Amino acid sequence: MNAPLPKNRSAPAFDVARIREDFPILKLKVHDQPLVYLDNAATSQMPQQVIDRLVRYQTTQHANIHRAVHYLSETATAEYADARRKLQKFIHAREDREVIFTSGTTDSINLVMHAYGRKFIGAGDEIILTTLEHHSNIVPWQMLAEERGAKIRVVPINDDGELLIDEYEKLFNEHTRFVGVTHVSNALGSINPVKRMIAFAHERGVPVLVDGAQAAPHMPIDVVDLDCDFYAFSGHKQCGPTGIGILYGKAALLERMQPFKGGGDMILSVTFEKTTYSTIPHKFEAGTPPIAAAIGFGAAVDYLSAIGMDRIAAHELELLNHATEQMQGLSGVRIVGNARSKAAVLSFVIDGIHPHDVGTLLNQEGVAVRTGHHCAQPVMQRYGIPATSRASFAFYNSLSEVDALIAGIRKVQKVFA
Amino acid sequence: MADPRTLYQEVILDHNRKPRNYGVLEHPSHHAEGVNPLCGDHITVALDVAGETVAGIAFQGESCAICKASASMMTAAIKGKTRAEAEILIQEFLDMATGKRDLGQLSHIGRLTVFAGVRELPMRVKCAILPWHTLHAAFHSVASVSTEADADPMPAPIGNG
Ligand SMILES: Cc1ncc(COP(=O)(O)O)c(C=O)c1O
Repeated sequence: MNAPLPKNRSAPAFDVARIREDFPILKLKVHDQPLVYLDNAATSQMPQQVIDRLVRYQTTQHANIHRAVHYLSETATAEYADARRKLQKFIHAREDREVIFTSGTTDSINLVMHAYGRKFIGAGDEIILTTLEHHSNIVPWQMLAEERGAKIRVVPINDDGELLIDEYEKLFNEHTRFVGVTHVSNALGSINPVKRMIAFAHERGVPVLVDGAQAAPHMPIDVVDLDCDFYAFSGHKQCGPTGIGILYGKAALLERMQPFKGGGDMILSVTFEKTTYSTIPHKFEAGTPPIAAAIGFGAAVDYLSAIGMDRIAAHELELLNHATEQMQGLSGVRIVGNARSKAAVLSFVIDGIHPHDVGTLLNQEGVAVRTGHHCAQPVMQRYGIPATSRASFAFYNSLSEVDALIAGIRKVQKVFA
Repeated sequence: MADPRTLYQEVILDHNRKPRNYGVLEHPSHHAEGVNPLCGDHITVALDVAGETVAGIAFQGESCAICKASASMMTAAIKGKTRAEAEILIQEFLDMATGKRDLGQLSHIGRLTVFAGVRELPMRVKCAILPWHTLHAAFHSVASVSTEADADPMPAPIGNG
């Protein structure tokens, strides 16, 4: 088991080999080569501690929650509530009722669109999004805009993949009602200055949703310090199960919002004349939630916190810097996205070789990368390319895996030479 | 699992580097555009059909090596064939790439067997077959096809061969 690691800076060097032992899947071989898993922005792998937690829940604690007075139901209810508090602490929220369990980032954003957007955004209103958004923070707002006759304004980026903050500020006018911005770009790795953007929006009374899907797994998050109104992320991108995520929302806002889904568990009383909704967060958690997944998510953030998010960020920066340096040394390879502030995502294109061919040939070397548009077509359009190859790192990746990627790219170039 | 490097053989790499019949036709009698929205590949196929014979064929577009080589070899194979012969070849290629028929059951496929390896790479099958769907669409003067959603040509019956 993992002893909590000391927090201070003079702590022993980050022991990747030790950490990798927690992840059974990393022992796999692919095409007789050790698996080099560099598709962490799509989904991350699960440590034994989280797997064990899921097994323990399922073998000794499972029942429906909030329903019965028997032992198992009380246990499951308590564990589910405990998972919520773990998530609250992980993002430093003030209260646990500000954390709503959803099925993931996409579901969280859709919840805000329906529960906040459909109540407060109308004809002629404007929603500000950025070029860097994942489709899941674009499409729901387009649906709302179409339904309500609202308008979407888009913050542009420069060639390095950084948001143009002057342009962002110029987009505000008396019609601006909402801002949606990704904390970290999944396609380019750019870390956006969300704190500053939120402060600017708040001076104009505009609430801000931050898509944290690519940030929460890689850096410490403090929603109170950011002062964001909503913050969304997914369990499966940070060592937890699929099918679970959270929406953080400020209590005062959540209370003013309308429920999104109706059903059991979200009501105080129901008669055919009138239904009284429950309090937050239950108002937004209709039906039986993915209890096991929520508890697994709680175990995942415990695992990450024991290592320390600041140490995770530092190790990943080392991986990024090493990979960037190595890749810059390869002729015919161009990195797409060179933001000064960047998470460990490396999108690249190779002269004369389509990303799909790169992905297939790297897979032969055991190296798993993602190729395609990464659900961020506006970013691809901005660079005039249909797709990139993307290596995205996690704290359990090692410097030698970066070298395996670079060696793999050399081999791909040789095949096409 | 087959070694995908066997897919990236010299023939395919050569057609990728120097695609045959790449470009446009002055006055095509038929043409169609094919896209694979998942990867952004898109190609156009233009035909000059005189009577029953494909007198001219050209393709253009942006795609991976598998798609481009498939298109290049397709145009070389189709040129001079009758429409009926072309439809048989389309069907054989699709059946080969999707693993519906074994190589032994295919009698017209010839050098195109270099693409048989894609059946081991489910994510790449669509790359290889996109040009062939687009050719089929061109014969039937369907302006555009897609490998996804409602417009997915895969389940559609191809020709009558
Ligand atoms: C920035 C960003 N937002 C949202 C999502 C969607 O997450 P999920 O599919 O877990 O809902 C992703 C996942 O790729 C992402 O990278």
